[in-house]
Amino acid sequence: MLNSVKGMMLTLASTFQGLKKPVTREYPKQPTPVQPRFMGFPALTWDNDVDEPFCTGCMVCIRNCPTQCMSASMMDNPLNEEGKSHRRKIVDYFEINLNRCILCGICVELCNFDAIVMSHEHEMSTYERNGDRVDLPALLDIGKKYQRETAWIPPTVLAKAKKEAEDAAKAAAAESEEPAAAAQEGD
Amino acid sequence: MNAEPVEMLLNMGPQHPSTHGVFRMVLWVDGEKIVDVEPHIGYLHRGSEKLCEGEQYHQIITLFDRMDYVANFNNELVYCQAVEKLMGLAVPERAEYVRVILCELNRIASHLLYVGTIGLDAGAMTPTMFAFRGRERIQSLFEAISGARMMHNYFRIGGVKEDLPDNFERLIADLLPLLKEDVEESDRILTFNEIFLTRLKDVGSISAEEAIDFGFTGPCLRGCGVEYDVRKAQPYSVYDRFDFDIPVGLDGDCWDRHWVRVQEMYESLKIIEQALEQIPEGEVVSSLGRRLIRPPAGEVYVRAENPRGEIAVHLVSNGTDRPYRLKVRPPSFCNLSAIKRLLCESWIADSVVILGSLDIVLGEVDR
Repeated sequence: MLNSVKGMMLTLASTFQGLKKPVTREYPKQPTPVQPRFMGFPALTWDNDVDEPFCTGCMVCIRNCPTQCMSASMMDNPLNEEGKSHRRKIVDYFEINLNRCILCGICVELCNFDAIVMSHEHEMSTYERNGDRVDLPALLDIGKKYQRETAWIPPTVLAKAKKEAEDAAKAAAAESEEPAAAAQEGD
Repeated sequence: MNAEPVEMLLNMGPQHPSTHGVFRMVLWVDGEKIVDVEPHIGYLHRGSEKLCEGEQYHQIITLFDRMDYVANFNNELVYCQAVEKLMGLAVPERAEYVRVILCELNRIASHLLYVGTIGLDAGAMTPTMFAFRGRERIQSLFEAISGARMMHNYFRIGGVKEDLPDNFERLIADLLPLLKEDVEESDRILTFNEIFLTRLKDVGSISAEEAIDFGFTGPCLRGCGVEYDVRKAQPYSVYDRFDFDIPVGLDGDCWDRHWVRVQEMYESLKIIEQALEQIPEGEVVSSLGRRLIRPPAGEVYVRAENPRGEIAVHLVSNGTDRPYRLKVRPPSFCNLSAIKRLLCESWIADSVVILGSLDIVLGEVDR
């Protein structure tokens, strides 16, 4: 009997606590913010410097996808012939079947060109069964939105900057050590 | 009119909410007493083991996520360890600690889910809400670390995908006190509640010898009084560096299994705290793991402690980039094998509680 009353008190206390500071959200009205690393649907990124997609259609992501949800083809890059771009090949056609995609992020990890990202898009629904087969322009739109919202920097650029900073720090450390060593030798 | 006593057939499931997934039991009942049980599994069979043979080694991690979908990190861990053992790959120290922290958090999340559902099975609605609140907190942390709440694909062969986020220390410092409160609350509201005790005590008892014969592992075995935990019996990863106890029950009934799980949450919290103190700086993935994974021909059997019991992977490689055969020893399948023994001669009303106390996950039973 006493135990039940104790349990009841705990429930009551939680009720008041919940009224003061609710744990739940009214979902469609108050969308839940996602974490920076959140993996939503994959999207293709846009190279703003050259004004073309990063993707060259190299098929690495397609070959490594566990569910085979993507397909792509490449073509000669017209901008490269004009000398505006360093990419000799560029994506011609790209399609992801988001119904098949399991959001594992393997494609992003293996991409050599920073061309694909896991966007923060997760609320997508369509009326047709194959309406989730997203083509290149739509993928680029999602990617552009993601790039805009998160101020995206290509991971290879980030890694390069990090390595350069480390090298500079190392060089600075070596330099500061050298005069000290020289001074010691002088003594 | 003279009523003849007739045995009746009662079909439970596959869409019964308290079978924890799609599990069907055909009960032969004599009045309120269960005479015989015929379990039907396979409604969630996806052929994961066969699928593994067609996938490359780094793609299989996604399949292991989906086997035991309540304890994803623990499943990823055992697979990664199997491949690492076959390749003789050393995992960086920091990665081992990250893995242990995540696995123990996942254990708490899984046990919290169990506490919520056993409450529902016994007829208490409130603990579910409390437990899910705690579990949600852990999953938010998982999202911050791995990018997904449940299907993480975060562990890699030779480490983990990327280092912990920069704000991880603050996140976990915020989470741990709240989590401790949640665990204590779920303990206080349910474990020694009078109604709960009457529903679970001396229900579904099984002796230690029988439990071992059935192949019980994990909290179900420890509830019978057998002190067996793979983390202690054959320490893997860095588990030998932590100081924690193995909670052990007395009678092997439903309540003992429940009590063991609740105590395990406290032990997991202890491990996490120690791991956070010891975690070193450094790399999180071995440079070998980043290349195409092609283990040498051979076979390996690796086991680990899942929240549900001992999960083991038997991996046979023929030297190509895909495994020749991959067999999983699922803990809940072995625990479920005793369902006939546990349910016979018990009441219909208790069947739900007994099934709940085994804490099965059908994704893993059927694979």
